[in-house]
Amino acid sequence: MRLPLAPRPAEPSAWERVQLARHPQRPYTLDYLRLLCAEFVELHGDRRYGDDPALIGGLASLDGRTIMVLGQQKGRDTQENVVRRFGMARPEGYRKALRLMRHAERFGLPVVTLVDTPGADPTLQAEERGQAWAIAENLAEMATLEVPIVAAIIGEGGSGGALAIGMGDRVLMLENAIYSVVSPEGCASILWKDAARAAEAAEAMQVTAPDLWRHGIVDAVVPEPPGGAHADPQTAAANLGAALAEHLSALEARYGQPGGWDAPALVADRFARYRRIGAFVEDDFA
Amino acid sequence: MRRIFQRDRHGEPSSVPDDLWQRCPRCRQLNYVKELERQLKVCPKCGHHLRLRARERLTMLLDAGTFVEEHEAIRSADPLGFVSAGQRYQDRLAESRAETDLPEAAICGRGTLEDRPVRLAVCDFAFLGASMGSAVGEKITRCAERSAADKRPLLLVSASGGARMHEGIYSLMQMAKTVAAVQRLGAAGVPYLSLLTDPTTGGVTASFAALGDVILAEPGALIGFAGPRVIEQITKQKLPAGAQSAEFLLQHGMIDRVVPRAELRPLLGRLLRLYAAGRRAALGPPADCRQEALAIRSNGARLP
Repeated sequence: MRLPLAPRPAEPSAWERVQLARHPQRPYTLDYLRLLCAEFVELHGDRRYGDDPALIGGLASLDGRTIMVLGQQKGRDTQENVVRRFGMARPEGYRKALRLMRHAERFGLPVVTLVDTPGADPTLQAEERGQAWAIAENLAEMATLEVPIVAAIIGEGGSGGALAIGMGDRVLMLENAIYSVVSPEGCASILWKDAARAAEAAEAMQVTAPDLWRHGIVDAVVPEPPGGAHADPQTAAANLGAALAEHLSALEARYGQPGGWDAPALVADRFARYRRIGAFVEDDFA
Repeated sequence: MRRIFQRDRHGEPSSVPDDLWQRCPRCRQLNYVKELERQLKVCPKCGHHLRLRARERLTMLLDAGTFVEEHEAIRSADPLGFVSAGQRYQDRLAESRAETDLPEAAICGRGTLEDRPVRLAVCDFAFLGASMGSAVGEKITRCAERSAADKRPLLLVSASGGARMHEGIYSLMQMAKTVAAVQRLGAAGVPYLSLLTDPTTGGVTASFAALGDVILAEPGALIGFAGPRVIEQITKQKLPAGAQSAEFLLQHGMIDRVVPRAELRPLLGRLLRLYAAGRRAALGPPADCRQEALAIRSNGARLP
């Protein structure tokens, strides 16, 4: 689970990792659930507007525990992506996630989220149903949810649409996943008016798992098999499963109580985890 | 500072002295600058609300001479050692500070509004597009924390063109941090009023700005998660007129009111008085709130 101190000579570049994270054969949320969970009962709908196939969720059994699992789901082909929209969730998707998080809280179930999205759906329909509001309300819920949350970035962690299910007590990241505030193409086109310079932007923004681990944003990097997760999905899933189990056990040991959780301590520690993130100086120099 | 207001969107050369006349970016008519300022920078010809600088907004909203700036020493660091087009981020920041005379893209502090104590933070679009980096995130967070402690209602005046890309993931994480802070403020029973100004997009909209107990917006303000250019690029469709405007969001139930600039201060005053007379607030804000407001008013001191 620990990174070597010095980068290995064969470390892929940031841009190579972006390609691996977006590889069309990369395992997606449902692939991991099939490989890891003895049970998965998908639950649908936000009870307000609709059901969003770009963000799925349900009750699952992982390593003997019942958990609530949430994750963006990309389509494997064009036809599937017509409905899954490449894992770009709409407000109804985020509101389904919100409903299921509250459901988990009611029954004391840990929440596991698998993050894999280029970003939240950028359409006028999403805007008129309150995309920004849906994301903000999820963040607010995750800031105070009284059950443990383990988030894992398994592919693309694209901006606010990723964070909207990506706040947690532990945040894990697959070795070749990426996580960034804006896509490398978006960054390049805004800063340099040239989306073709995305590789440069990926380097500059430090979007890889080792980068984010170094910055203290993720707690652990989950190793992938040689060539990337798609080269050997079984091994990738086994590694992810082991990491999830390790961190869920650690959270149980720390916050578990007979019949529930030490919610005040859990929420206070999660608050502290995010409160400290920021790179600023404060001095009298003006 | 004036430069920002006079930038002509259509690139037409201005044939009149810059300091006397200003062309409305919407109706293209010329306005006498003094008159425009009397109208709080709302075009007398077409009602367009021109963008305000943060200090202009403070002057417009607060009782004269009551503003006490807080956390003014907070500035973003450069966690990624980011270089863009040969320019270091630190140098870019220094340039923005010099251009705008602001320490960062938001200024915050406390004062009184129609004699009611309030704490506020105001974003300034002229500073790197009011993008939220670590400094803005920390300032908003501290405002919420101080307000939770001294029970002073919080007013956040948002504007943002998006993320501070130069700070990468640190910029994204400010969404989580600021949201957690305004959640705690709510738990402390302190009202949080969110005012959305043109333009408010991206991570700011999708975090603290969307979570106000009351959400107000100025007429015609562009408000959304994705910017209009992104939407048009992705969907390959031209957006209808008025899409993502304050009025559009009011119609879709996302905000409480669209408020013309001249009516903002009286409305905020009414809201602050109503909360102050509410049951929870009536249990008493700490005395120093009231005393400070009184002291400031009675000696008319112009605080720095």
